[in-house]
Amino acid sequence: MNFLEFTPALIVAIPLFGAFLTPIISKINEKARNIFAILILLITSCLVFILTQDVFANGPRTYIFGDSNLALPVVRILFEVDGLSMFMAIISITLALLGVIYSWSFMKENDGLDKYYTLVLLLVAGMLGMEFTGDLFNFFVFLEISCITSCALIAFYINKGESLEAAFKYIVISAIGALFVLFAVGLFYAQYNALNMATIASVLQFGFLDKIALILLIAALGMKAGLAPMHMWLPDSYGEAPTSVTFILIAATQASLYGVLRILFTIYGNAFTNIEFVFSSAIIHWFIIGLALITILIGVLMALIQTDFKRLIAFAAVAEIGYIFLGIGVGLTSLGVGYGKTALEGGVFHIMNDAFDIGLLFLIAGAVYYATKETSLNKMGGLARNMKYTAVFFIVGLLAVSGLPPFNGFVSKLLIYESTYQLNPIIAIIAILASILLLAIFVKVFYSVFMGPELPNLKDVKEVPKSMLVAMGAIVVIIIIFGLFPNLIINNIVQPATNALVNSSSYISKVLSVVV
Amino acid sequence: MEIFDQLIETLQTGSGFWNPIIWILIIIIAFLLIYVIRGFGKKQYKEKTGQIQSFLSGNPEYEKEQMKIKSSNIYWGFTEAMKWIYDLLRKMHNGNASDYVLWFVIVMSILSVILLLVGMVG
Repeated sequence: MNFLEFTPALIVAIPLFGAFLTPIISKINEKARNIFAILILLITSCLVFILTQDVFANGPRTYIFGDSNLALPVVRILFEVDGLSMFMAIISITLALLGVIYSWSFMKENDGLDKYYTLVLLLVAGMLGMEFTGDLFNFFVFLEISCITSCALIAFYINKGESLEAAFKYIVISAIGALFVLFAVGLFYAQYNALNMATIASVLQFGFLDKIALILLIAALGMKAGLAPMHMWLPDSYGEAPTSVTFILIAATQASLYGVLRILFTIYGNAFTNIEFVFSSAIIHWFIIGLALITILIGVLMALIQTDFKRLIAFAAVAEIGYIFLGIGVGLTSLGVGYGKTALEGGVFHIMNDAFDIGLLFLIAGAVYYATKETSLNKMGGLARNMKYTAVFFIVGLLAVSGLPPFNGFVSKLLIYESTYQLNPIIAIIAILASILLLAIFVKVFYSVFMGPELPNLKDVKEVPKSMLVAMGAIVVIIIIFGLFPNLIINNIVQPATNALVNSSSYISKVLSVVV
Repeated sequence: MEIFDQLIETLQTGSGFWNPIIWILIIIIAFLLIYVIRGFGKKQYKEKTGQIQSFLSGNPEYEKEQMKIKSSNIYWGFTEAMKWIYDLLRKMHNGNASDYVLWFVIVMSILSVILLLVGMVG
């Protein structure tokens, strides 16, 4: 019996099991509970990295629940992991682990932390489940798990009306989105008597109902991923949730983005390359590029007028999602052309860079809140004197998110700009100008928070505790390494993910080969 | 050895390239040049004299705390020039959950119209 056979299931099962054990361990000791949560995520991280190595070396791996054989119709729960799944899992588990380390000090003054850690571990299980499942209905179930846990975590500051309002909006949006996903799953099941993604992809006709399902899935998952003009829930939720939760929520949002990729490349990939549907596929691809541009512009313009630190970063996060979709859209439009692959690599690499860059900025906003109990940029200033490490981390974050060399954001944006320029120079110029505006916005934030004279009410501010500095420092190290050695990351992590997207046949054939 | 090769490898972007090591070398050279140019500065500079006082077009200098420009006032000119866009964007971001759902319906409708009607061609 090969241990690796069970790793896809274990990666989801361990945080799930940990979530149910956390309240019990919390009864023993609070410190033990915190260590337990970190330990659970460390074990899951190790399994993710072991499985990543295996998948990158040997191709997709499947795990069938309940039986080793599959029979038609394929309705059994099945996990199938390929390069893209592992790429997303690396992001999710890294953010979750660093988020929990950060929480140690950040959340220590709050009550109800047994529930907090339980919900965080459930959220991790939900995200990883979405990224690992090969079954569309199962994807919906994990989506629901992540939505409900996210909602509860957003409402964690239960004494704040704004948090409750943000959580309410989040659950409304999530429930409607999930309902439409379920409707699309129903359409597939009604037509093909299958729920398995690979099976559906292999028999998809791209008829009227398939087009309806595509519309529902793109709109619903695009909204969950923060695509404009359906992004409004994102600044509300990101802005009001505890910072450590916002940090992990980035990964949850990206799990929906993963869903969009899986739908576009794996399920509809063959239909889009079919000459018969050339107009329909072109419409979808240009629609994505159009929405990406709107997302970038709305995100950047709205970030400029924000005075709340976290809300400003949330709008910047919206803009970054736009860049990811721009890379993916250009990649889809020109898949057969050389720059199409470059665009796709840029888009996929930017998923990872966005998670770390925006994540770092959120952690810094949380650190500033922890030290000053202030979120309004108008009421801050001169903090670099007392929060030297945080100030330096912010400089790295602002340069990375604005796409300045030699940080990670530059590399992925360069790939996106160059390939977009070859498709349409005007789109590339707009994207570059928006990035310059993003730099201007974060320079303003740096000035407002860290520079200027020391304000009388902030004279006694101290640097944040070590656990928070460790989490932020770890991301800074990742950002610098990714920026200085981009080939190392692109060749070993990004390309397996893009190859999995482009060559969806290996994903499809892996399942079909085990069907009896 | 293969990893070392990847560390120093130049990233080819199709029509261009990017090598951070070269960029860092250029930055180091730039900083050295700045340092050399700085060396040509006047050495007679005196601290705590009138030499360090700011000149604000003849206006009196306020206390440092009063000189801080608030975050909401920075880029005032830009936001004023783009007022029409911001009026539109503020209306869009009204915080009403029903409107959030409305935008979802609008996007879905536009995509449906385009894909189902125009897509009939192929």
